[in-house]
Amino acid sequence: MKRGPAKKRRSHKESFIEKTLAFSAGLFVMVIAVITIFIFSKGLPVFLQVGWQDFIFDTDWRPTRGIFGIGAMVLGSIAVTVSAMVWAVPLGIATAVFMAEIAPGHIGRMLGSLVELLAGIPSVVYGFVGLLVVVPFIRQHLGGNGLSVLAGAIVLGVMILPTVINISRDAILAVPKEYAEGSLALGASHHQTIARVIIPAARSGIITAIVLGMGRAIGETMAVVMVTGNAPVAPNSILAPVRTMTSNIVLEMGYASGDHQGALFSTGMVLFVFIVALNLVVNRVAKAGGINGKK
Amino acid sequence: MEPKKMKMRSEGLAVFYQQYQALRGIDMNIAANRVTALIGPSGCGKSTFLRTLNRMNDLVEGTTIKGQVYLDEVPIYDKEVDVVGLRKRVGMVFQKPSVFPMSIYDNVAYGPRIHGIKNRSHLDEIVEKSLKAANLWDEMGSRLNSPANRMSGGQQQRLVIARVLAVDPEVILMDEPASALDPISTAKLEELISELKKNYTIVIVTHNMQQAARVSDYTGFFLSGALIEFNTTSELFVNPANRQTEDYITGRFG
Ligand SMILES: Nc1ncnc2c1ncn2[C@@H]1O[C@H](COP(=O)(O)OP(=O)(O)OP(=O)(O)O)[C@@H](O)[C@H]1O
Ligand SMILES: [Mg+2]
Repeated sequence: MKRGPAKKRRSHKESFIEKTLAFSAGLFVMVIAVITIFIFSKGLPVFLQVGWQDFIFDTDWRPTRGIFGIGAMVLGSIAVTVSAMVWAVPLGIATAVFMAEIAPGHIGRMLGSLVELLAGIPSVVYGFVGLLVVVPFIRQHLGGNGLSVLAGAIVLGVMILPTVINISRDAILAVPKEYAEGSLALGASHHQTIARVIIPAARSGIITAIVLGMGRAIGETMAVVMVTGNAPVAPNSILAPVRTMTSNIVLEMGYASGDHQGALFSTGMVLFVFIVALNLVVNRVAKAGGINGKK
Repeated sequence: MEPKKMKMRSEGLAVFYQQYQALRGIDMNIAANRVTALIGPSGCGKSTFLRTLNRMNDLVEGTTIKGQVYLDEVPIYDKEVDVVGLRKRVGMVFQKPSVFPMSIYDNVAYGPRIHGIKNRSHLDEIVEKSLKAANLWDEMGSRLNSPANRMSGGQQQRLVIARVLAVDPEVILMDEPASALDPISTAKLEELISELKKNYTIVIVTHNMQQAARVSDYTGFFLSGALIEFNTTSELFVNPANRQTEDYITGRFG
């Protein structure tokens, strides 16, 4: 008999909590919607006026004359991102495997806090260190003026390492230990077990790590602006200066107006679509994938 | 029963998980080509004992092992022992079956591939033979490429057995292999065990007294980390020497 009222009170409380949660979610959706609408309403006119193919692929960017082709910047973003990932992804995954499977507990934990530290450093600090250390190093030892794709790749790579390491490591740690035991009990060595059971089982999580690292690399602005020279020209070598889409926006937004400003919004729009597409890929992979894909 | 050749033997075996002593000086002989059953209440150390026989406890952090285990009279807890090679010879079916997240075929072929078999038709042959032996071929023979983790619990348990058979070990350790099986599959598994002992030495943990009585030649009764009684199965069940053994097998025990 006593249970009736108690139950009722709880359900009142629960419905209050539920409403609060629903409200928060609604607010969140609205904020996203407003941002999206804003970017598209500002960016779409110039984008359509220029024509999407010309806008994205044309490498001629002379905003004062009303020529808006961000091809050089698209290429720049891709060049810097890809060359950052080429070295940071393998290193990050290898580190994650080491931390999760090979290093003894205390060393794994120590590396873990080191990665946290790396993740906590603001990007302007990375840019500053890049400018003071990486750029002069490239200038002296490899040629050019140092402000280059390579400098961007080095700085960006370091910046995405924590993302790649943390997410891959969590994916590897989430592999049930029964898999490893089963493999070892069949006479597989530790290394065979890692390569043939653990990493494949963590595959979708590792792919997520890579794609999120990539998203971070494409979206990063401050550090990249500081070390890449920012010439709006398609780079012809890894030592050439380069301007990314994000840099393009941040460099010119201070004085742009009219169509020029619209073209910067169009640049943002292209970036936005690109990153949303990346996230869709992540979700698709995570759903399709093995045990880390939330069955 | 005539005296048999010993396949494995434990001597003064003690296991500690951190401070907690899970096994207290176990001496046991495991006869070649015979089935040895381990019985006892939950938490008495049956799985722990089983896992020491192929050194799976090495993987648990903070575990200390004292005493010795011999395989064909060669000590397995020596520095220079090749643990990977040991586990190829002493296979294990775990209490909680866990298939790898890959196809049925790849699960069974995993062990042979690890041990260097690449020839496809040879692998096919091993997979078919192992699945047949584990009584899974009729159900799954036509679905070898479907993911193993979509099979039912009982099917998964038999797949894990097939996976061990594919490696062709000398000793097979089974930790409650029938816990997820229906009566028909259980009967078939017991048949399989009787079949297997021609070629293999088998140690099986079971909570089912009838099963122990049916399939095993020797039985050991564990209680609180100690081996209370060890004898031929017929003797132990018909004529238990120890009062606690009698209470347990007659069901008068928690
Ligand atoms: N990794 C571990 N760390 C600490 N204690 C453990 C560990 N594994 C087992 N134990 C303890 O050791 C004792 C023996 O465990 P074991 O798994 O061998 O029991 P069991 O006889 O197989 O029981 P069950 O019939 O329930 O499977 C138990 O008290 C258990 O809590
Ligand atoms: Mg057990």
